[in-house]
Amino acid sequence: MNITLRIWRQQNHDDQGRMVSYGVDDISPDMSFLEMLDVLNEQLTLTGDDPVAFDHDCREGICGMCSLMINGLAHGPEALTATCQLHMRHFADGDVIDIEPWRSNAFPVIKDLIVDRSALDRIVQAGGYISAPTGSAPDANTTSVARKDADRAFDGAACISCGACVAACPNGSASLFLGAKITHLGSLPQGQPERDSRAVSMTAQHDAEGFGGCTQIGECTAVCPAGIPLDMISQLNHDVLSGLTQPGGQ
Amino acid sequence: MNDLYTLGEPLVDLKDPGGPIEDRWDKRRFEAKLVSPANRRRLSVIVIGTGLAGGSAAATLGEAGYHVKSFCYQDSPRRAHSIAAQGGINAAKDYRNDGDSIRRLFYDTIKGGDYRSRESNVYRLAQVSESIIDQAVAQGVPFAREYGGLLDTRSFGGVQVSRTFYARGQTGQQLLLGAYQALERQVQAGTVDLHTRHEMLDLIVIDGRARGVVIRDMITGEIETHLADAVVLASGGYGNAFYLSTNAMGCNATAIWRAHRKGALFANPCFTQIHPTCIPVSGTHQSKLTLMSESLRNDGRIWVPAKAGDDRDPREIPETERDYFLERMYPAFGNLVPRDVASRAAKNQCDAGHGVGPTGLGVYLDFVDAIGRLGRSVIESKYGNLFDMYRKITAEDPYQVPMRIYPAIHYTMGGLWVDYDLQSSIPGLFVIGEANFSDHGANRLGASALMQGLADGYFILPNTINDYLAANPLSPGIDTSHPEAVKAATAVRDRIEKLLAINGGRSVDSFHRELGSILWEHCGMERNAEGLEHAIGLIRGLKEQFWSNVRVTGHDEELNQALERAGRVADFFELAELMCIDALNRAESCGGHFRSESQTDEGEALRRDGEYAYVAAWEFTGLGTPPRLHKENLEFEYVELQQRSYK
Ligand SMILES: Cc1cc2nc3c(=O)[nH]c(=O)nc-3n(C[C@H](O)[C@H](O)[C@H](O)COP(=O)(O)OP(=O)(O)OC[C@H]3O[C@@H](n4cnc5c(N)ncnc54)[C@H](O)[C@@H]3O)c2cc1C
Ligand code: SF4
Ligand code: FES
Repeated sequence: MNITLRIWRQQNHDDQGRMVSYGVDDISPDMSFLEMLDVLNEQLTLTGDDPVAFDHDCREGICGMCSLMINGLAHGPEALTATCQLHMRHFADGDVIDIEPWRSNAFPVIKDLIVDRSALDRIVQAGGYISAPTGSAPDANTTSVARKDADRAFDGAACISCGACVAACPNGSASLFLGAKITHLGSLPQGQPERDSRAVSMTAQHDAEGFGGCTQIGECTAVCPAGIPLDMISQLNHDVLSGLTQPGGQ
Repeated sequence: MNDLYTLGEPLVDLKDPGGPIEDRWDKRRFEAKLVSPANRRRLSVIVIGTGLAGGSAAATLGEAGYHVKSFCYQDSPRRAHSIAAQGGINAAKDYRNDGDSIRRLFYDTIKGGDYRSRESNVYRLAQVSESIIDQAVAQGVPFAREYGGLLDTRSFGGVQVSRTFYARGQTGQQLLLGAYQALERQVQAGTVDLHTRHEMLDLIVIDGRARGVVIRDMITGEIETHLADAVVLASGGYGNAFYLSTNAMGCNATAIWRAHRKGALFANPCFTQIHPTCIPVSGTHQSKLTLMSESLRNDGRIWVPAKAGDDRDPREIPETERDYFLERMYPAFGNLVPRDVASRAAKNQCDAGHGVGPTGLGVYLDFVDAIGRLGRSVIESKYGNLFDMYRKITAEDPYQVPMRIYPAIHYTMGGLWVDYDLQSSIPGLFVIGEANFSDHGANRLGASALMQGLADGYFILPNTINDYLAANPLSPGIDTSHPEAVKAATAVRDRIEKLLAINGGRSVDSFHRELGSILWEHCGMERNAEGLEHAIGLIRGLKEQFWSNVRVTGHDEELNQALERAGRVADFFELAELMCIDALNRAESCGGHFRSESQTDEGEALRRDGEYAYVAAWEFTGLGTPPRLHKENLEFEYVELQQRSYK
């Protein structure tokens, strides 16, 4: 296949940035989307141009590093699929594909298609953990966990922290990411002691980072490669409310 | 001996506490010096890597009160390659009452490693394994559970007990999130300074001790020097030397290779693991390989067309014209022979022209019988996510058409040499996780890498490092203006300049690809002296071309992915040569490695304990001068050596 790419090029944070067109020829439908970009970069390298910078690492859909807006869709057209798992067979000869970085106030562009997502880590720092210093743990089978709770916790824990939900959200909210972590830790008995304070402090950090509020539009779930359901945001709201209203709450 | 290497003194100081094996770890912990809590704040430790090993170590050292500086090359510590591990983690919990014990896990690990690992270390690993599961559960790792709410386990990789804990097909991800969250908690507490998108490019050694690192800020390109009382490398494995592997794209050997060049011995570099069930290469554009869990071999049957070159649709090839080669060659174990045996047999079939798929590098893994016997829904519940993944990548439906699989590089048992304390041959430099060589001998058992990484990071290193820190703090007055620090930083800058100045005609990737295929061909699952010598020549030639004809675009003072890759590939060249030299020296078939010169009359692997029951630890003597081999003899007091047999 021959494809035309229109790619966001931005030298660094201070640069204005612009879309630039490139052609790539003889693309095999078996290539992954990122392998197609590898072909482009090989081409650019040999002509002495600066290759396109994009984030990626595992290329298996699990590390959460890849992050491309493809034709206006975070992670492209396939449901439950991260950019790195997308294959060129979903495109046709002659297609024009737009590729842009995640766009959000809280994710400043570093270069080309790479953005700074460290805000998500800072939300976790604000309380996205269970305090259990090494060595302090009782035997693992001391507390049994109902299978439905363990499954629910897992469903939240499956978030790969890619930030697609933020990129897709008209409000630039990271509520789905936040709800996933709150649900993971809050569904387990070990997570109960810090449950309410966790929700309150992580949400405060979320807001301080410049992410927007949630108005339940649902674009986030639609693009989420890990299938995080929208009701995890309800869980988040529940826990925040309970954290704020409880005696001793903030 | 030949002119490729020389022989040095044997290694004797292993810090092995001795005595009964059950008591050794207790004894070492008791004898190790402690640092008082009030003093820990004044002591600092650099930890390179935030995978299971580095993440758990940094978090635990932070909790202990040390000042930790943690580095990773990704944009978040949670993206370390450990995240990709699927199958599970072993622990000798014996929750099933099925005869498991510390002794059995120890025994299985030594035997699985084909008797090329240290008894003391492996025994300790088995002892510590239980606490890892406790720790992870306390952190909220959502392991699979039974309906009654207790933890579920499964048997994995051919062992007879059910000791593998798992979290769906995402065990690595969940364990890493546990360690990551503990790490972020320490960042919040102020004990850990986190530096993401920072790559270590050299080690700083002052007065014979590891005291710091040279780091490149991958966003600004700035070269920084960081000093500390001790340095821990947890930078993962070097499987990407082969270019195509199941590792993440950024996995590299730079941290350990640079430390090797500064004096750390590199042990058993040729011990790499090849996994039989990966999705085959689809074309020259291929950038990495995807692992399909080994559990598939429990129900799938492996075959190739009996007639070489038969390219009919597999469904049209009648039973009588199929060769179920593993079942034919190994009637007792059939499709469940160990990873290395299955891999080698598949490669041999393909080399003989029986391979399938567009490239001819693949064999069928067929579920038609299992679906007939158990029904589609059972197969779906067992392997649904793997089948989906396969379909996403290949666009073929494995419920209808047999899967195609091919072996791929998956793990590296070799790594920097460490003693019982996990300290390298450079005092103050500790190495943990896949980056060290310690516990898996010549072959790693499934679900044991996660166990080792976390054992090292949560429990072993945080105990042994005290002994060093208590006695050897960095002398006051030493700062980044120290001549050794300045020299190391200058060397890093010079090398970057040199790479950028070549401006040749080939991309970094094209060199990496070619290097990988040399290694795969000659230093992969089957080797011989002639091939290895040939490979060394090829690698040297290619390395020369690299340094005269590579094109690295862009500048140093910016985010520059081509430059990042160029530095890593330059190090892979040097490591690749050492891998071949090590493989050449080890003229035995052992673990995952088949030396064609060392086989039984039946064509099976022949280990040669009389000559090779040692760890080969290599000393760097300079570029262009032959490395020096130091042998650490392995003694077995608790396990009797046996030849493997799967007939
Ligand atoms: C696909 C796959 C599946 C697997 N499944 C299993 C399984 O089921 N069970 C099992 O036990 N094992 C499994 N393994 C093996 C296991 O995952 C790894 O051996 C283990 O996770 C390695 O952990 P680590 O902490 O040593 O290194 P890694 O997780 O690789 O972490 C390395 C860290 O070092 C950093 N780093 C590297 N170089 C530098 C540098 N120069 N400067 C700064 N930072 C650097 C990286 O950023 C990263 O943070 C699997 C491996 C693969 C590839
Ligand atoms: S919730 Fe989904 S889209 Fe958002 S960060 Fe997590 S995995 Fe990505
Ligand atoms: S590169 Fe890891 S999820 Fe896409």
